[in-house]
Amino acid sequence: MDGWLTRITSMLASDMPPALTRDDAARIAALAQLDLSEDELDLLARQLGDILGYAEQVRQIDTAGVVPTASVVTRHAADRADELQPSLDRDAALANAPDPALDAGLFKVPRVIG
Amino acid sequence: MTVREIRDAIRSGERSAVEICRETLARIDAANPLLNAFNTVAADRALARADAIDRDGDLRRGAPLAGVPIAIKDNICTNGLRTTASSRMLEHFVPPYDATVVSRLEAAGAVVVGKTNCDEFAMGSSNETSAFGPVRNPWALDRSPGGTSGGSAAAVAAGLTPCALGSDTGGSVRQPSSLCGVVGLKPTYGRVSRFGLIAHGSSLDQIGPIGRRARDVAIVLGASAGADACDSTSAPEPVPDYEAALTGDVRGVRIGVPRALVEQGVDPEVARATEAALEVLQARGAALVDVDLPHARYATPVYYLVSTAEASSNLARYDGVRYGFRASGADVRAMYGETRGRGFGAEVKRRIMLGTYVLSAGYYDAYYLKAQQVRTLILRDYDRAFERVDVVAMPTSPVPAFRLGEKIADPLQMYLVDVFTVSANLTGLPAINVPCGFTPKPAAPTPGASHAGEGGLPIGLQLTGRRFDEAMLLRLADAYERDTEWSTQLPPIPSR
Repeated sequence: MDGWLTRITSMLASDMPPALTRDDAARIAALAQLDLSEDELDLLARQLGDILGYAEQVRQIDTAGVVPTASVVTRHAADRADELQPSLDRDAALANAPDPALDAGLFKVPRVIG
Repeated sequence: MTVREIRDAIRSGERSAVEICRETLARIDAANPLLNAFNTVAADRALARADAIDRDGDLRRGAPLAGVPIAIKDNICTNGLRTTASSRMLEHFVPPYDATVVSRLEAAGAVVVGKTNCDEFAMGSSNETSAFGPVRNPWALDRSPGGTSGGSAAAVAAGLTPCALGSDTGGSVRQPSSLCGVVGLKPTYGRVSRFGLIAHGSSLDQIGPIGRRARDVAIVLGASAGADACDSTSAPEPVPDYEAALTGDVRGVRIGVPRALVEQGVDPEVARATEAALEVLQARGAALVDVDLPHARYATPVYYLVSTAEASSNLARYDGVRYGFRASGADVRAMYGETRGRGFGAEVKRRIMLGTYVLSAGYYDAYYLKAQQVRTLILRDYDRAFERVDVVAMPTSPVPAFRLGEKIADPLQMYLVDVFTVSANLTGLPAINVPCGFTPKPAAPTPGASHAGEGGLPIGLQLTGRRFDEAMLLRLADAYERDTEWSTQLPPIPSR
């Protein structure tokens, strides 16, 4: 009875997002470059579904013609003369690297091509 | 001792900065095993700095924070001092530069004594997402200190340091200040430089001071604020003398009360204490005015759509290449995925996933753009309210400190704790937590339960002000302190 009622209710509320599947979660994880276990994907699919369900109230608000706010900054203090200034030296920049090539001044990474 | 008392004692030569520093380090040594408030204690660095202040007469007598010990949240970079954001990802990261706010405070004479524990990458509301274990609330060790600046708030509440810096993306200075019974201010967006703050939500993040008194917070804010060429969102507005604003005179100040917003979901003791606090200010001559913020009730879902989108973008930089944790991988893509999958904790991964989803093709308009439009409506609500009132008042947290473990399994329940704090970040407005009471203790205390959490938990009032009007918030907080004694109380921590 409960299952039937839930199905009808979700069909009526056509704006409701579909529950997230594990495949959906896997697709998002790939976009975010996150390796997640099967258990993590199951849990996240359920939790993201809950959070998006909660966020559904935002989608019901009438925002026709309302400009979006991305930043509340009204006055920028950013302008400065385009002059050469001291920066971090190379050794300091490499000091935290997991695999630095100190002599060459490079960050080393595993194989990129092929 | 308060910030002002320490500053005055060092200025007059009554105390030395080294003495104050040694006492501070001893208190931290004694209490930190219990509280877990510090990730790193910088004893040698602090003593060297204190010694330099004692030797420099001009600095000692003239600097606004001469010899004042300060704790810095562990997501604010300190040159040569490990900065972890309480994440395995940055467990061994030693920044090659200082955040602007750190160099400003040190130039003002402050002595950095250590880096405080927080939620991982400042994501959480209880300090339980830290990779290094939760901070414990000094008022009840089985309870959360709040988050994300839980270590900073707990350190100040327990009297370990007179002041601390936190960062506030959705309430992370104010909510732990409320749960720990201290004063915490989120300045106007742009008031304090974010350069060197590990980014979470760049349109929301702001660094703010925590202290036991409004005056202490005013002193630290004054030394932190101002434009910075390294942060293009820092504001050019001049920095006023915040201490001079503490006149005690609140006659004619109009305090807006959004009754419809706070009538549901607030713990009855929190409601009672915050109402009583407003009556104290009313008795001093302030006027209470009803205001309506019809869209503020959507602030929490809007916040979690906007902040996770920004976080998912900001945290893309942790890829195991230039700094931080790296997992092994057969090729570079495998290395990225394993590094991020193993380096981040559960809450951070959850937010990266949510943020990536709401920014992804097909969902951007429905979630992210929509949330930004409702953000505009919330801003308009506040603009309209500030045509009639000088500040808006409500509880900082709907509940007092909850038990560790009580909410961590259900992310949505945790997010709901932020209901009253997130609006100030979405709007960029300044907001302050003012300690305004404690939950009542039972008539006959349980034997042996000295501070086991049966009552006696701090409650906080939140005041939100006009852009760049931190002075008004501090004036009201200071005036309230003059009529009450909440901020003079210290928790029963064995260290003292």
